[in-house]
Amino acid sequence: MKKLFIGAVMALGTAFSSVSLSFADELLVPNMTYRVGPYAANGTMMANGFTDYFLMLNERDGGIGGVKVKAEECETGYKAQVGVECYESYRGKNALVHTPNSTGITLQILQKAPEDEVPILTMGYGLSAAAKGETFPWAFNYPTSYWSQMTSILSYIESQGGLKGKKIGFLYLDVGYGREPIPVLEELGPKMGFETLYVPVAGKEMQNQSSHWLTIRKEKPDWVIMWGWGAMNPTAIKEAAKTRFPLDRFIGNWWSGAHVDTQALGSKAKGYLASSFTTTGTDFPAIQDMIKYVVKPGGSKTEMGMPGKVLYNRGMFNAVIIAEAIEVAQKMTGKKNVTGADVRLGLENIKLDEARLKELGLEGFTAPVIGSCADHENGGSIFVQQWDGSDWKRITGLIPPMTDVVQPLLTAAAEKYVSDKSGWTTQKCN
Amino acid sequence: MEILYAILIAPFVEMGAYPDLFIQALWDGFVAGTLYGLIALGFVLIFKASGVFNFSQPILVVLAALSLVSFYKLGIPAWISVILVLIMFYILAWLVERLILRQLVNQDGNILFMSTIGLTFIIIGAAQWIFGGVPSAMIVNELGFPNGSLEWPMFGGGVYFEMIDVSAAVIAVIMIVILAVFFSKTKIGRGLRAVADDHQAALSVGISLNQIWVIVWFVAGIVALVTGIFWGARSDVSFALQIIGFKALPVLIIGGFTSIQGAIIGGLIIGLGEKIFEIYWGPLLGSGVEGWFAYVIALVFLLYRPQGLFGDKLIERV
Repeated sequence: MKKLFIGAVMALGTAFSSVSLSFADELLVPNMTYRVGPYAANGTMMANGFTDYFLMLNERDGGIGGVKVKAEECETGYKAQVGVECYESYRGKNALVHTPNSTGITLQILQKAPEDEVPILTMGYGLSAAAKGETFPWAFNYPTSYWSQMTSILSYIESQGGLKGKKIGFLYLDVGYGREPIPVLEELGPKMGFETLYVPVAGKEMQNQSSHWLTIRKEKPDWVIMWGWGAMNPTAIKEAAKTRFPLDRFIGNWWSGAHVDTQALGSKAKGYLASSFTTTGTDFPAIQDMIKYVVKPGGSKTEMGMPGKVLYNRGMFNAVIIAEAIEVAQKMTGKKNVTGADVRLGLENIKLDEARLKELGLEGFTAPVIGSCADHENGGSIFVQQWDGSDWKRITGLIPPMTDVVQPLLTAAAEKYVSDKSGWTTQKCN
Repeated sequence: MEILYAILIAPFVEMGAYPDLFIQALWDGFVAGTLYGLIALGFVLIFKASGVFNFSQPILVVLAALSLVSFYKLGIPAWISVILVLIMFYILAWLVERLILRQLVNQDGNILFMSTIGLTFIIIGAAQWIFGGVPSAMIVNELGFPNGSLEWPMFGGGVYFEMIDVSAAVIAVIMIVILAVFFSKTKIGRGLRAVADDHQAALSVGISLNQIWVIVWFVAGIVALVTGIFWGARSDVSFALQIIGFKALPVLIIGGFTSIQGAIIGGLIIGLGEKIFEIYWGPLLGSGVEGWFAYVIALVFLLYRPQGLFGDKLIERV
């Protein structure tokens, strides 16, 4: 009995010491990944870029502000209910920020963030209305939202012969993510004089799109915009080529223009367009450091040749924003071991301008991201890239969003979202 | 009145006005249908042999496609890679029989079904560990399948026949005919039916249950490989191929779980039906009807002919 008692005390002591150790000696950054399941090809690349950046910071700089970062993955398989379980598993563990990597998961956990005081960063995905910082103090979608992106894509089409009198096909994955930009098309169609043909693709039909493309062939849209993910993207490009739809009139969003979407197709995808907010390639000191400190020594799950690809670089940039927010939070609070609430402040005060991007080894990698209390999307610009048969090539300068159109829509959507949620936490920004 | 016109008249007017599009839809539906039939065939074979719905059939398709491409990437010639995949599937069939089925003889069907779910997760984990998540292109050209497409101009438009689709349809039909003959005219085929009816009765008349199971799982593996090659060619080779595998469910309900002919007829009904319905009636319902059309047809069959078109009617005496 005595031995049992001593054992129990020792076990408890060990448990508590490990908890306090994790609180004191590391910065916990959970990452909801999907390395398995139908979207694994995309999720793996994103996860590797994300994790490798923090591993590099640990190796090169000893972490952030002298505290090591624990970038911990929780596998969701891109399933919303599993994502919620992941979220719940981090309650009480001093997670600094959540990265759901799925709009569906984001929508499920959005209401929990104020209660748990852990911010959610949905980098270029999630609920567009979360851009309104006064209504959504705990959610961020830097560097830009789906709605802003859609207006930038429409601006690009406008510059390529105009939109008036045109028919725009909108091919989208029929889930929350794919449906997200529809309000913008509904708003802008009548204003800009174009008609929209909506072509939803159910998740279980994403590799079976012949009838969707026959519909497109029948309706003859002038352009097709795609909001796809996973195997939907290469299948759509193949079907477009099969139905003789001109690929230089087929433009994907930033989740529909990665190497995993086109590399296996090679020259068959030549001419296909996609938007992006991050640059490809390894010609950046930060990425070189990731290769040097993490990938080459074998400390990563990444194969050589993966750094520099679209989704790897984007996963890395997600980590860059978080690392920057943590550093800002440390400076603002004077604490090394910051909390989720501190990191929220950090996110609102990050200043990733050109000088800072250069300092981080990412000069010219992306448009600046300047945080603010009121604007949680940054209204970032995108550029258009084109697949040349073997790689993505940037073909435009930065295309800003139609802020005058998007902002009123975001305000209305944010108000509508919280209208039936009593006790919703808001904030006032000066 | 307008709605009646849109439902009953307008689609047929469109078919007549653009016959090239209609013929294209029929062709695409036929190709999709034969491929659905092929997927369903993998389920039918194992169901006939053991009365079990093999939940792992879709992941076998993924495993076959990933293995083939990976062997080829190692520098092994394409057709040697095919042979290696077949050897791998024979070993897998033997392992399944030894480690799972043999232990569960005469157990309830639900237990066997659960074991195939377990097998699915084992294969997912192992395949993820071995192959990683990066998608690849299917090596159809390296296997000697023709590339490019044929164009048949008509009425100011044209019908396009992708050569890989032609190959897929031809091979699927040949395979189904061979399997139908093999399982209905040979001793093994008759043995298989006996095993499906009653494990113990089959054993008592000298049929080797273990041998039959190995053969059937191996043949299901061959079907998975052919399915993986042609579906992989339509999209890419990745874990997402698993999703298309479950398209076989409504096909099986329509054709019957025990009929090889039923698999192909059910596949064609779904393939042709969903394409035509999506293109001509889909816009009336907001498009995207292909996702549920097959299940509605299956539901109708469940209500009025639950054993499917060619399935065995279950009669239980109490």
